[in-house]
Amino acid sequence: MSDVSPTGPMLAADGTPLKKKLAQALFLSRVRAFGLVAPLLLFILASFIVPIMTLLWQGVHNNTYEKYMPQSTAVLAEWDAVSAPTEEMYAALVADLVTARETRDIGKVATRVNREKSGTRSLFTSSARSAAKMETPFREALIDKDEDWADIEVWQAMKIASLSLTPAFYAAAVDYTYNADGSFEPAEENRQIYVFLFLKTFAVSLAVTVCCFLLGYPVAYLLSTLPMRTSNLLMILVLLPFWTSLLVRTTAWIAMLQSQGVLNDIFVTIGLTSDDQRFSLIYNMTGTIIAMTHILLPFMILPLYSVMRGISPSYVRAAKSLGATNWTAFWRVYFPATIPGIGAGALLVFILSIGYYITPALVGGQDGQLISNFIADHMQKTLNWSLAAALGGLLLASVLILYWIYDKIVGIDNMKLG
Amino acid sequence: MDGTSANAFVAFDHVQKSYDGEILVVKDLNLFIDKGEFLTMLGPSGSGKTTCLMMLAGFETATHGDILLDGRPINNIPPHKRGIGMVFQNYALFPHMTVGENLSFPLEVRGMSKAVREEKVAKALDMVQMGEFASRRPAQLSGGQQQRIALARALVFEPELVLMDEPLGALDKQLREHMQYEIKHIHERLGVTVVYVTHDQSEALTMSDRIAVFDDGRIQQLAPPEDLYERPENAFVAQFIGENNKMIGTVTAIEGSTATVTLSDGMSVNALAVNCEGVGKPTMLSIRPERVKIGEAGENTADALVSELIYLGDHIRCRMTVAGNDEFIVKVPNAAGHTHLRVGETAKVSWLTEDCRALDAV
Repeated sequence: MSDVSPTGPMLAADGTPLKKKLAQALFLSRVRAFGLVAPLLLFILASFIVPIMTLLWQGVHNNTYEKYMPQSTAVLAEWDAVSAPTEEMYAALVADLVTARETRDIGKVATRVNREKSGTRSLFTSSARSAAKMETPFREALIDKDEDWADIEVWQAMKIASLSLTPAFYAAAVDYTYNADGSFEPAEENRQIYVFLFLKTFAVSLAVTVCCFLLGYPVAYLLSTLPMRTSNLLMILVLLPFWTSLLVRTTAWIAMLQSQGVLNDIFVTIGLTSDDQRFSLIYNMTGTIIAMTHILLPFMILPLYSVMRGISPSYVRAAKSLGATNWTAFWRVYFPATIPGIGAGALLVFILSIGYYITPALVGGQDGQLISNFIADHMQKTLNWSLAAALGGLLLASVLILYWIYDKIVGIDNMKLG
Repeated sequence: MDGTSANAFVAFDHVQKSYDGEILVVKDLNLFIDKGEFLTMLGPSGSGKTTCLMMLAGFETATHGDILLDGRPINNIPPHKRGIGMVFQNYALFPHMTVGENLSFPLEVRGMSKAVREEKVAKALDMVQMGEFASRRPAQLSGGQQQRIALARALVFEPELVLMDEPLGALDKQLREHMQYEIKHIHERLGVTVVYVTHDQSEALTMSDRIAVFDDGRIQQLAPPEDLYERPENAFVAQFIGENNKMIGTVTAIEGSTATVTLSDGMSVNALAVNCEGVGKPTMLSIRPERVKIGEAGENTADALVSELIYLGDHIRCRMTVAGNDEFIVKVPNAAGHTHLRVGETAKVSWLTEDCRALDAV
């Protein structure tokens, strides 16, 4: 029972505002709902969101230098990066080198500065060895040890490294270098690889998406028109790759596509090519696209199938009864009805392939490596986690932008995933 | 209007249809429909009526036999070249097009100019009183409005034949009755030939010139509504159309058009011999509830035990036990001085011989 008071809000029978009463009544069920999702939420928070955030943070924040070289960090912050380094700066550096050597952290510092200016690694490690014995004036002592200490570029590199919160890695991820005076400039031409890699990754993803669409659409259509029993049977064939290990599927493609492989043998047998001119179908872009298309195809077929199942055959019949040819009925009536499925499938395939790693790593060779392979490389080999984080952050951002564009054009509500 | 093969607009000539090669869903169908006729295919689900409609529309192919439209065999003509308008059960309006675009679609595929299309669309929308809705999407319309648009779309390209597959099935009762009259009036105004499929007998009786009652893949009876109700030719039609009192008995004599039938309880009655096989054969007698009178005035009289009375305002529905049949219904008109019955009382009921039809036994 409620009471409408002419001036105030709606009141419940006991005089409390209705909204408050409703919130009380719903409180318990909200608590229960939260209790149900809480375990998963905690798991995702701990295993997914926090690590990702930490890693993304590393893309803009690297305090290796600040942490192990505190005194020189302070004086470098004062320095204008143009005038000659002062005796005070040399003194701070020597003090830091001594501490860093004692705590055995000098290698980390050397690696960090070496990223900004290559060739400086040994300068640090060797100078640190003799730093303890140095005496004033430290400027002369250091230059005496290695004349590179007089080079202002070394100091500029140190200044960049000493900034913990830095855009340097994101700049590097788009082929720019960050200078000590705060300006950006394009990286040297032979070091510009990431923009090209991003573009290549997008191109490969697009190609894979288009291939999946071209191959998947007719299959989904066939499945949706067959009687349930037959289509379920065929659906198992579509899903079979899902249940097979990704590694097995990818290596199977190696057996298929390699120059002494099944496909090339067939080509030679039917005379499509000669034995000494076998096609190179693997360890290049072709191999990457073929294998990725195969692996991602179910992600295109499933949403398409689910949308097509829901399209009543009477639409196409209506179109035909109204005088449309088979093609017109398909193009004007059936195809527009499948767009939500195409959107969902294409988005899934595209986003998945943008971050694909194992398949390009195994069958891509030199040519077919994608951005994620380089991210992995920076994570595992060069140990430049900050650059890896910056590249990953850009990848994540581009996926989110794509998602946003999709929402604007097609609408997320229109997406049917199955 | 009694279509014959010579001048029929639509003809089914010995048509058979099987989906699996084992069961015939349409068995030897012969049906001739005149130009301008409103013919309804009526029957329970699975009786083959929709299959017949789909064969006519071209979405199913006849396994055997010819279907002719205006004298031309159309078995091998694809649906889009048949020029037949169709209204679907769920309307099948294209959801991504506006109402106007839906109506314009058949004109567009016929290559008409924009001006002609707009004029025809406006005219068709006015016909169904939906002139203001051209820019709406189908999802924004109510069921009844969608129904009108579907109707307008099937008529906008001026087909000579329009098929309707249970078009009113999804509407509520009141709207359905209203739309029945509307479709009937549009048919009368335009003079198109309509083939209408339904399982709702009152819909069929309201709208049709002739009704083909389907059961088990055959036409059981093809007749105008009043004939179908008053003169059913077999037990199925008598049972399917309207309310029916049935009595099972054995024919003991046939004299002219009158059959003498001994009922299961030994009572002997006279009935109109319509479809009984002969002396000694079982038969089903059919009498409409409103043709039975309380009292002894009729040609055949029987004792009736009153077991239930339902007051329905204009008449009283009275369930009785007659000749062993405890589902015998009599409609007693609520007229001045009508007989007042009481439950448990034994009364006399009577009927005319011509109202009691001796049909095939089921």
